[in-house]
Amino acid sequence: MSGRLLVGVFKREGDVVRATNAARHEGLDIVDVYAPYAIHGLDRAMGLQHSRIPWVCFLLGLFGAVTMTAFQFWTSAVSWPINVGGKPWNSLPAFAPVIFEVMVLCAGVGTVAFFIWYAGLRPGLQSPMSDLRVTDDRFALVLRETGAFNRSAVEALFKRFHAVHIEERGDAA
Amino acid sequence: MHFVEDALAEAAVIAVPLIGGNKGPADVTRDVVGALDARPSPLWWGGLAVSVSALMLGSVAIAYQMAVGIGTWGLNRTVGWAFDITNFVFWIGIGHAGTLISAILFLLRQRWRTSVNRAAEAMTLFAVMCAGIFPVIHMGRPWMFFWMLPYPNARGPLWVNFSSPLVWDFFAISTYFTISAIFWYVGLIPDLATIRDREPRTRRSKIFGYLSLGWSGSFRTWHRYEVVYLLLAALGTPLVLSVHTIVSTDFATAVVPGWHTTIFPPYFVAGAIFSGMAMVLTLMLVARKTMRLEDYITQRHVDAMCSLVILTSGLVGLAYVTEFFIAYYSGNPYEQFAFYNRATGPLAWGYWIMVSCNVMIPQLFWFGAVRRNLVVVFIVAIFINVGMWFERFIIIVSSLERDFLPSAWASYRPTSIEIATFVGTLGLFFTLFLLFCRFVPVIAIAEIKGALRPAHGSHPAHDSYSGYSEDISPEPKSI
Repeated sequence: MSGRLLVGVFKREGDVVRATNAARHEGLDIVDVYAPYAIHGLDRAMGLQHSRIPWVCFLLGLFGAVTMTAFQFWTSAVSWPINVGGKPWNSLPAFAPVIFEVMVLCAGVGTVAFFIWYAGLRPGLQSPMSDLRVTDDRFALVLRETGAFNRSAVEALFKRFHAVHIEERGDAA
Repeated sequence: MHFVEDALAEAAVIAVPLIGGNKGPADVTRDVVGALDARPSPLWWGGLAVSVSALMLGSVAIAYQMAVGIGTWGLNRTVGWAFDITNFVFWIGIGHAGTLISAILFLLRQRWRTSVNRAAEAMTLFAVMCAGIFPVIHMGRPWMFFWMLPYPNARGPLWVNFSSPLVWDFFAISTYFTISAIFWYVGLIPDLATIRDREPRTRRSKIFGYLSLGWSGSFRTWHRYEVVYLLLAALGTPLVLSVHTIVSTDFATAVVPGWHTTIFPPYFVAGAIFSGMAMVLTLMLVARKTMRLEDYITQRHVDAMCSLVILTSGLVGLAYVTEFFIAYYSGNPYEQFAFYNRATGPLAWGYWIMVSCNVMIPQLFWFGAVRRNLVVVFIVAIFINVGMWFERFIIIVSSLERDFLPSAWASYRPTSIEIATFVGTLGLFFTLFLLFCRFVPVIAIAEIKGALRPAHGSHPAHDSYSGYSEDISPEPKSI
């Protein structure tokens, strides 16, 4: 993937959503949108797929629950059975609280770790657009200049949606 | 079509804004970061001095009882659990309101939570830290606390007893602390990036930049972030209910009259949220005043929290009445005596403090005039904190003091060491909270910006929800 990036900076949330939508309809290559908060509806404007993270979370939770069920059974009924008050060694109802807690622990910690890894977040990483105030109050739509990219038409599109600033950047993303 | 849009626009204008002062996103950044930059007030320094002193007192007391042993406590053969467990349950309960606000109210789409969730989650973390101290000391040999973990060991391997509520407790509390800490940190990442970008080259910016993990505001990341946040809320909701349920089974699975009841799990959860809400109110009213956050924590927030206090106070009151009714209706003389003794016996004074603070005084919140007078709200919240502490003390001590055999009856008084330990945890809690107010954005900046939308600038909400995929018209529509 090569080509330079064209960045349009917007002041209002509505403008960036409409500009993104228009860019997608014109078949432009949307690299990303930078925003200070999660804008509702922008995922559809960008044409993003549903995230698969819930499946990761589910599988991690399942892993935690199954592992802990087996482990409790093994320690209490196989490895060293101890008679406590004449209760059965394999007392599944009494195992439920710990199964639940370990399920939540695996699912929660694992999901966040997966998210950080998958989103490419690393300590000490430079953020590419932070000089454009995109973590304060500006919204930046970043398009890639590919073969049939008509620069003046894209600038006109940005201007139509009240872009306050347009600039070209090297491919940092 | 236009009628609908006009009506929606009008509704947005009429609804009282959550955030006062007609602010835009840049104002939010400036206000919240500005509160961190401002010189701390004398009130803050005074509070810190008192808290650190209490913390030091507690540290000395803890060091002493670790060296000498828990014979320094006022326990005896009849009353084997008292002050220590009371304080443990008290602190855990306080933590629960933070998770209620951050997870349950998030799932219920209560948008007022955005102003208080960061501070409430911090409160949860600090309260769970305070709570954790007590069982660890109670082990007698706290340096062997890792024996609670089921790890392969040279003692057999001898495993922990997974049928014991005390082991459940260990898993519940450690999971709760870990998940709360992660939830808090995930919520903090975008705000750390905001501060990093605002002031390049300061020391704070470097530290926050490192912790922000290179957060760039990329919407592809935001998109996943929202999913992760929702999943954490969905995991946190049953977690918080499970934690106090498990705490209550520490008592409910015992045979002691007054403990051995099936009402304990819901009763403890309701009580936990009740006491935590009172602590959130206490802290938020102080933070609002000292950090100048009047535009962010408004009367609407206080009203909402007061409503939750009334609700949970009612639940707790209902539980008190139910316990007495069931004792009467069971026909079990030991159970009947336990409750008769609670209301009229040697600890009756504590019982009636508990009833008046938890059931009677909170009814004042029905009156709008009371809710609008923040000094009165603060005082009522303090009463609830006291009342809920007494609830745990009464449940634990009054039940143990008078068990089945009159020959075994005894009474209990806390020693100075026990009181100093509790004061020490109060000191730890407030020290951490005051430091948090100074060094971490107290308000969730990114979330507040998202909640500003109806009042601010354009009308994107309509576009994003109404088949905009055909709409590429450049001009903003009506309004």
